Amino acid sequence: MPTHALNACGTVWLPGPWGIDVVRVKFLARYAELVGREEIELPLPQPATVAEIVRQAKHKLPAARQLPEHLLAAVNFHHVQLDAAVRDGDEVALLPPLAGG
Amino acid sequence: MLTRDPISPAALLAEVASPECGGTCLFLGTVRDGPEDGGVTGIEYSAYEPMAVAELDRIRAEAAKRWPGARIAVRHRLGLVATEDASIGIAVAAPHREAAFATCRYVIEAVKQRLPVWKKELRADGTMLWVDPQGRPAVVGPE
Repeated sequence: MPTHALNACGTVWLPGPWGIDVVRVKFLARYAELVGREEIELPLPQPATVAEIVRQAKHKLPAARQLPEHLLAAVNFHHVQLDAAVRDGDEVALLPPLAGG
Repeated sequence: MLTRDPISPAALLAEVASPECGGTCLFLGTVRDGPEDGGVTGIEYSAYEPMAVAELDRIRAEAAKRWPGARIAVRHRLGLVATEDASIGIAVAAPHREAAFATCRYVIEAVKQRLPVWKKELRADGTMLWVDPQGRPAVVGPE
């Protein structure tokens, strides 16, 4: 297994364990109030899924443990299931029950 | 498509007007103070704005594909909206009335199900409460 690879620009890309792969997690509306902040950056976890991101957020932010077990999520502005994959640079949003209209 | 200004039905209708359209529907969703709501004077709307804009684009594109020829305009308010004022306006013009009604219904139902928008009720006693999709005040804490 190689420990590094070249990206499309020819520069060295180092994968997960060094912590340079990150995702931005956004807490929306009531969840921002519960957690006490609107966003956090987290290292890309393994497995790289939304559910694991939520677990990591709850580990890092004690107030995030108040978030419900089953919640709505979006990745890069698209609704997804909790088992959806996430990649370096993705924006993961945790959405309270929707109430538009 | 997201606005902090009052929604103008005339502007929405003008946006979809076309000589090729023989039927036009206008839907306005307004802030209400029902008997069970306990003195709602307004609702504060907030959104995950970049996703809300993207989702409205997707909804419009889906509807336009399903009902060819339909012209669709949507505005959703953000910020404080007083009782009786419109929080959402949808205008649809189509060649015939069946498509105009169906498209307008499709858009408002998709907005209800998919748009990342939330509301806080402003009560007459000055308190503000998050509202869940069924219209009940939300409990703050674990669900």
